Amino acid sequence: MLFGAPQYLVSGLTVGATYGLTALGFTMIYNTTGIINFAQGEFVMLGGMLSVVLLKAGLPLPLAILAAVLCSALAGCLMERAVIRPVGRSAPVNLVIITIGVSILVRGVVMLVWGKDTFALPAFTGAKPLRILEASVQPQSLWVLAITLLVLGALKLFFSRTIHGKAMLACACERKAAALMGISVERMAMFSFGMSGFLGAVGGAILTPITLTSYDVGVMLGLKGFAACILGGLGNPFGAAAGGLILGVLESFGAGFISSAYKDAFAFIVLLLLLFVKPTGLFGGPKSDRV
Amino acid sequence: MAAFACLLAAAPLALSNDYYINILILCCFNALIVMGLNLLMGYAGQVSLGHAAFFGLAAYTTAVLTATAGLPVWVGVPAGIAVSALVAWLIAVPTLKLQGNYLAMATLGFGIIVSIVFNEAVNITGGPSGFVGIPRLKLLGYTFSSDTAYYYLTAGVLWLATLVSRRIIDSRTGRALRAIHVSEQAAQAMGVDIARHKRFVFVLSAVYAGVAGTLYAHHLTFVAPSSFGFNFSVQLITMVVLGGMASLWGAVAGAFFLTSLPEFLRVFEEMDILIYGAMLVACMMFMPSGLAGGLGKLFAVLKAKLKPEPKPEPKPEPKADSRG
Repeated sequence: MLFGAPQYLVSGLTVGATYGLTALGFTMIYNTTGIINFAQGEFVMLGGMLSVVLLKAGLPLPLAILAAVLCSALAGCLMERAVIRPVGRSAPVNLVIITIGVSILVRGVVMLVWGKDTFALPAFTGAKPLRILEASVQPQSLWVLAITLLVLGALKLFFSRTIHGKAMLACACERKAAALMGISVERMAMFSFGMSGFLGAVGGAILTPITLTSYDVGVMLGLKGFAACILGGLGNPFGAAAGGLILGVLESFGAGFISSAYKDAFAFIVLLLLLFVKPTGLFGGPKSDRV
Repeated sequence: MAAFACLLAAAPLALSNDYYINILILCCFNALIVMGLNLLMGYAGQVSLGHAAFFGLAAYTTAVLTATAGLPVWVGVPAGIAVSALVAWLIAVPTLKLQGNYLAMATLGFGIIVSIVFNEAVNITGGPSGFVGIPRLKLLGYTFSSDTAYYYLTAGVLWLATLVSRRIIDSRTGRALRAIHVSEQAAQAMGVDIARHKRFVFVLSAVYAGVAGTLYAHHLTFVAPSSFGFNFSVQLITMVVLGGMASLWGAVAGAFFLTSLPEFLRVFEEMDILIYGAMLVACMMFMPSGLAGGLGKLFAVLKAKLKPEPKPEPKPEPKADSRG
């Protein structure tokens, strides 16, 4: 009955890590601005696509990925500066529509420039699978998990040790008070968009060797990231990461044990059931701090 | 209302081409759904990111009943609408306890699940390649074979739906819905049964989508899952917001504008998606209250420019009902 379970667990964790990184991006922006950024999936797509493009342009792989991730972070900052900040404090729904518009725009630009093809990225260290506990694990899966953990650790340090991190936390807790303490809330908002661009792009770049990429992969990844965010409790970064991993594993188990045709549905069915039972997500209490 | 009826009736006369009439019909379908969604979002303040699912459920129900089971259309259409309403009622009970982003997520999840089922239940729905052979609409022995006839039918339904919406908005129920939008606690304190009203407006909006869905299926005689996915749900929301929340005419205008826009942008070939995205962003940035608000403001400015001397009697604004 449980034949294949370790295998599903590994592949679930791998994909889940990307959902988690996407969800982290959602959380960053939500915490500092209260916006659900529907262009989040496009950051993931940009990470993958730009890596491929830069690699083809002749850059070595690590450098290509680094450049892609930085470009995406820049795109995030640019997005905040160009379309979010000018609108200021308008209704959240309007801001959400703007992010949807941006996602269409980004998808359109990528499609026009690089076409509708599917692209691949080579695995970081070979494609020869390792055998761990009856599961054949691609080295790339280990990379994905390791990098995700690394990013999580770095974030933890960033929020607890650096002045910027603390300033962002302050914005999340109480924007007005943060502004009164001399924190530029606007700059923090831009910073959070940049960071979520960065996080999404990292997820996209490390997952592309496994799942391939194309101009429209961002839609589903964005939705799953949003789902992971809600699953973990909106506004809680580590809940978001955990939500991503849980979502990935559920999906993988559902595909393996029940039916692969309904793979994408399992995650959402579980999520709906959870929401009906505990409407604030797994790790979100009504009174919990938002970070 | 009369002016709207005239406008709807006159629209095809100005267009010679069947292609344009088809676009008009599509506009009417979308306007129907958007009107329902606007009651839910604009008036009651509940976001739904899964409304394409209700549209699709009705379309597939009538498709399966009339094409696969061979039942007459007058059975298929009400059944399709009923299925949409029933499903909406079933999921409304747990879903509407959620608020804000959580509600958005739940409806989004529901929409995605439904569209996956459309894709994967191949032996019922025909899977990703779609469902063919849906009969054309036939009522009392009359077959709606020409596009113009079908347009008048859809436009008539849209007009009726507008009438119903207006009655609801101006009624006690409508006021209760707006109260819920502003503050659920306050509404409850004033004796509004929140759960019942939210459920009512959710089911009502699903019925609007269902009506559009059945009409859509019998017009195209073909349905495919890609028409009922997340992207369409997003487009619907965009129409509501672009048109102007809590404005009936705004909803209709938003639907007509955004449905016909891609057709005009065909000229730009692949650039259309870029322009669509850019317009969406630009409209939201510079017309945050939507077309209804934006045009209303524009009219006000023009009026002020054309008539510098203030008139003593206030003219009834055509968009006076935009706030309900």
